[in-house]
Amino acid sequence: MKTKALIAVIFIGIILFWAVEDMPAFGDPESPATSYTGEMYIQETQKDTGIANIVTAILVSYRGFDTLGEVVVIFTAGISVALLLRRGGRL
Amino acid sequence: MRENVVIRTVSRLAVPFIQLFGLYVIAHGASGPGGGFQGGVAFAAAFILMIIAFGVADVRKRINNRGIMIFSIFGIALYAAVGLLSILFAGNFLQLNVIEAALGIPHLHGILIDIAEAGIGITVMAIMISIIYDMADTGGGSA
Repeated sequence: MKTKALIAVIFIGIILFWAVEDMPAFGDPESPATSYTGEMYIQETQKDTGIANIVTAILVSYRGFDTLGEVVVIFTAGISVALLLRRGGRL
Repeated sequence: MRENVVIRTVSRLAVPFIQLFGLYVIAHGASGPGGGFQGGVAFAAAFILMIIAFGVADVRKRINNRGIMIFSIFGIALYAAVGLLSILFAGNFLQLNVIEAALGIPHLHGILIDIAEAGIGITVMAIMISIIYDMADTGGGSA
């Protein structure tokens, strides 16, 4: 069982290192992450929202609905912890 | 449970500064590095330090389970209220730029983003304190 697991880990490791070759170089201006929407956000954020922090503008303004979902996820996680661990008493 | 006098004195000195830093991080979400998630966790860290120094029972007197539930729901409601506000000005849900365009107040978009960030911060702070309460509870009569 241990040898099978070791073989599986080595096999997946080789595949992952093989895939690293195709990743764009660090800070590459031509990479997909920096060329399409990234450029658009940098150029349009000041005009669209008027705030200086692009990260916050994306988080709350461009993707506000997603962030609302994130907050609900945190709320649900906290409620679940309370339901599992709290002894006696009410919520 | 009370720790020794050095820990109590130092944490009593440190807690207001940690809380102030948490509020600063939340309030600077729009103009600098920061935001609701980070600031809420920093604010909750002050409560965790108080729990370590003074015990759960002392901190529960300041904010109890009912207060935590109210705070965590209020944070989400504040965020959703900002989103619903844009529907009043004939926009989509959370389309904040229509409010600034309708009222003509400069920087209103950033102010609304800060209010939404404050909602995120309140919820994250309350949930963090709730998790610490539940984990620090010994199961004795203190619940």
